[in-house]
Amino acid sequence: MRAGTRLGFVLLIAPLLLWLVLLIVIPHVDLALLSLRERVGVGEYAVSMANYRTFLDEPLYLWTFLRTAVMAVLATAITLVIGFPVSFYIAKIARGRVQSALFLLCLVPFWVSELVRTFGWMILLRETGLISGLLQWLGLTDGPVEMLYNDAAMMVGLVYTSMLFMVVPLVTTLESLDDGIIEAGYDLGGSGPSVLREIIIPHAVPGIVAGSIVVFMLSLGNYLTPTMLGGKDSLWFTELIYSQFIVRFNWELGAAFGFLLLVLSSVIVWAMLRLTGQTLEKTMGSA
Amino acid sequence: MIPSMPRPLAYRLIYGAYVTLFFVYLALPLAVVAVFAFNDSVFPALPWEGFTWNWFFGDARPQIGVFHERRILRAIGTSVLVGACVSALSLVVGTSNAFLFNRYRFRGRGLLYVLMLLPLVIPGIVLGISILVFSSTVANAAWDAWEWDLVALRPGLVLVILGQFSFITTIATLVISARLQKFDRSLEEAALNLGAGRLTAVRTVTLPFLAPALVGAFVVAFLMSFENFNTTLMLVGSDAPLTIAMFDRLKEGSTPLLNAVSLLLMLGSSVLALTMIVFQRR
Amino acid sequence: MSAPDLECSALMKQFDGVTAVDDVSFTVPRGSFFSILGPSGCGKTTIMRMIAGFLEPTSGDIRIRGGSVIDVPPNKRNVNMVFQHLALFPMMNVADNIGYGLRRKRLPRAEIAHRVDAVLERIGLPGIGPRQVAELSGGQKQRVAIARCMVLEPDVLLLDEPLGALDLKLRERMKIELKALQADFGTTFVYITHDQSEALVMSDRIAVMNAGRFEQLGNARDLYYRPETAFVAGFVGDSNRWRGRVARVSGGIAEMQADDGLTLRAALRGVSAAGDRAEIFVRPELVLPGHDPADLAGCDNRLSGEVTDILFNGAASRALLRCVETGTVLEMALPQSGRFAGLGRGDRVQVGWAADQAACFPERGTDAGLAGAG
Repeated sequence: MRAGTRLGFVLLIAPLLLWLVLLIVIPHVDLALLSLRERVGVGEYAVSMANYRTFLDEPLYLWTFLRTAVMAVLATAITLVIGFPVSFYIAKIARGRVQSALFLLCLVPFWVSELVRTFGWMILLRETGLISGLLQWLGLTDGPVEMLYNDAAMMVGLVYTSMLFMVVPLVTTLESLDDGIIEAGYDLGGSGPSVLREIIIPHAVPGIVAGSIVVFMLSLGNYLTPTMLGGKDSLWFTELIYSQFIVRFNWELGAAFGFLLLVLSSVIVWAMLRLTGQTLEKTMGSA
Repeated sequence: MIPSMPRPLAYRLIYGAYVTLFFVYLALPLAVVAVFAFNDSVFPALPWEGFTWNWFFGDARPQIGVFHERRILRAIGTSVLVGACVSALSLVVGTSNAFLFNRYRFRGRGLLYVLMLLPLVIPGIVLGISILVFSSTVANAAWDAWEWDLVALRPGLVLVILGQFSFITTIATLVISARLQKFDRSLEEAALNLGAGRLTAVRTVTLPFLAPALVGAFVVAFLMSFENFNTTLMLVGSDAPLTIAMFDRLKEGSTPLLNAVSLLLMLGSSVLALTMIVFQRR
Repeated sequence: MSAPDLECSALMKQFDGVTAVDDVSFTVPRGSFFSILGPSGCGKTTIMRMIAGFLEPTSGDIRIRGGSVIDVPPNKRNVNMVFQHLALFPMMNVADNIGYGLRRKRLPRAEIAHRVDAVLERIGLPGIGPRQVAELSGGQKQRVAIARCMVLEPDVLLLDEPLGALDLKLRERMKIELKALQADFGTTFVYITHDQSEALVMSDRIAVMNAGRFEQLGNARDLYYRPETAFVAGFVGDSNRWRGRVARVSGGIAEMQADDGLTLRAALRGVSAAGDRAEIFVRPELVLPGHDPADLAGCDNRLSGEVTDILFNGAASRALLRCVETGTVLEMALPQSGRFAGLGRGDRVQVGWAADQAACFPERGTDAGLAGAG
């Protein structure tokens, strides 16, 4: 490299390194170290696995962890199943102005805060809410119905909150599928389901993976929706982290929880990429 | 499936109904929030007590409107300040990153690129606690060694800004990189050929080409900062940005005041987003 | 007597009131190579998509082996199509691409593998089954796309300008190969193209299409030597053209006063009377040069020109002449004899052609001459 470009290189790489090292790498290393620390006396600490042992010994912690993982996977699957036909409609059936209008409509709800969206669902679902009122007015129930504070309500909120991140990558990949390819599938004798199975879905895999990764991440790390829409029994792992850090002030245990959440999400993202033969670079570039 | 494939009417009707239902599902919560901002009652719920502007302009209890509610106004100010700082910072670093990955081939480039993407797959709350933990470690070390009290490293706006910046920068980098990749390097070479210096060529040719992406990245960063919740929740001090302030309010019980704030938020973000779209069409 | 493989009658297609295909009828006998030749936007793609089933005709009927397929969806028609950009499935390898249709017929796996191997053998690409589509060359993709259809033994194979994306050299080779493949399989091909040489070289019969209608239907020689309309004369092959007004008609020969001042004689095609607007077409290879008037004794049309340019292109070399009297530019093929090999820019030369080798048509836009195709 010439002297000029060398200087340029150093100037460009410095902010990147500062950002990644100071805000991403070291804090996570520090978090990992903290999670391995046990308080043995006043101001005295030792390295141990005590926090992880606590996690394994306390059924509530382990149960919440597994439940959160399963529910996040479920939310991702539901989002995909609901979003796919809509994405296909936007990408391949709608044309011209209708197409761009529908796409824009999909984006609109996500320009506003997640808090507002969750608030909307609370107004709809609670005992004094609109749906309860509607059911009474229709005579389907005698008294108010509480639809808030349970897993179903939480799932509705999680799916709603993540929908955009599924629809956008799906629409992008489906749009890149040439109509001729689909027509060729029919021309050679294919039926709707076989064309979907052999042509459309294989083509959409990068979009499906990108969308699923983001939705899974968002669901797993969500705090607001489980807190506001979920019930007493539907504890979310992020709520445990929050309470250890802010309420109980047990940072060591909280750090262990945080680290476990990170490992869980990394493993599932990695597995998803491995299974479908995608890479993070390609997937996130398209999202 | 596609329009050129003849399909029975029933199939098309069901598909159309499904898509319609989907958009109703998308619109319903927001519509409900907006409508109840005008309910003349202290609850954002049925029954409908009549139309009022009080939740925006009212100044008497119990119907104190947004524009007379100090805490909410302060929180909006805080959010704008945080958003502006985060957008500006991530725009600068994002542009620098985009140029680095676009223009230089060096050892460790692939690794750095993956590292750069990582903040997208780290749960926001984990990002928040890791920065909280690290900054406390530093602050405690400074106090133990020199008895310096580094207030900036205790929960508060500085940490909130750093926390949001840590993942929004990735998004800014991706937005700017996408456009920089479409840039034809020979335009820059033409500028050099016509007598411009390297920096002048970038300033007069490349940056104007990038302008739509820069504006886009700024707006996206601002919106993401404004509505961020998870990372902010772990790092916030006494000055709460709007989402946190609203969350605290909501836990106490909701009034149509929150609907009014939400409606203003919707209008604000729509205007911003539309401006961005218009700008990028140009 | 068996029914023809494909029969379209009074086919009509309108899009939002615009007629794309206007009352087109034709039959394609079994085992023949039929082309529809026309400029882009003439409606040929619309016809093809109606035959394949991706568009529904506004009116008219399509029969395949005698049975109407109007209500048959594309995946149930025994018609296959080679798409313009081939539409090979990028998510499958070559064997899976070719086996796709057979899988839809639920054939046993061993049978599919056997048939795929057999067809690959036949197109001269044995053993490429496991390859990915992206690894194939342009010509190989072409042949795989055809094999993917042929393995299903369709009654009719539709080809939508499949050579368009190839470079010139490969295109020339594929023309010959396609014709050989068609002869080998004995399947009825319906080929659409805007490239006249593709149509002329490969087809048994060609329909020239313009503005939604068939202008003329015939073999390559008919179209080239006996165009029935001004459009065909202008579209198929190169021509020198004059516009003017008919002075008189006698014995099938029209004498036309051209707008540039020349008086020209040509065989009259269509109906025209003195005073009507008309056009005369003369092929460059029928314009004969001569050093002195004796060379041009048999020519009813003569003029002297000055060479403005020589376009050397081997056997297809041309000279551009400017008519001395009128300034009109015309094109002349250089004779292969080499007698005029020394011709250069600025030379004066006498040229001429016989009246029966030029064609005079009523000018387009008047209804009189536009008698539909046969």
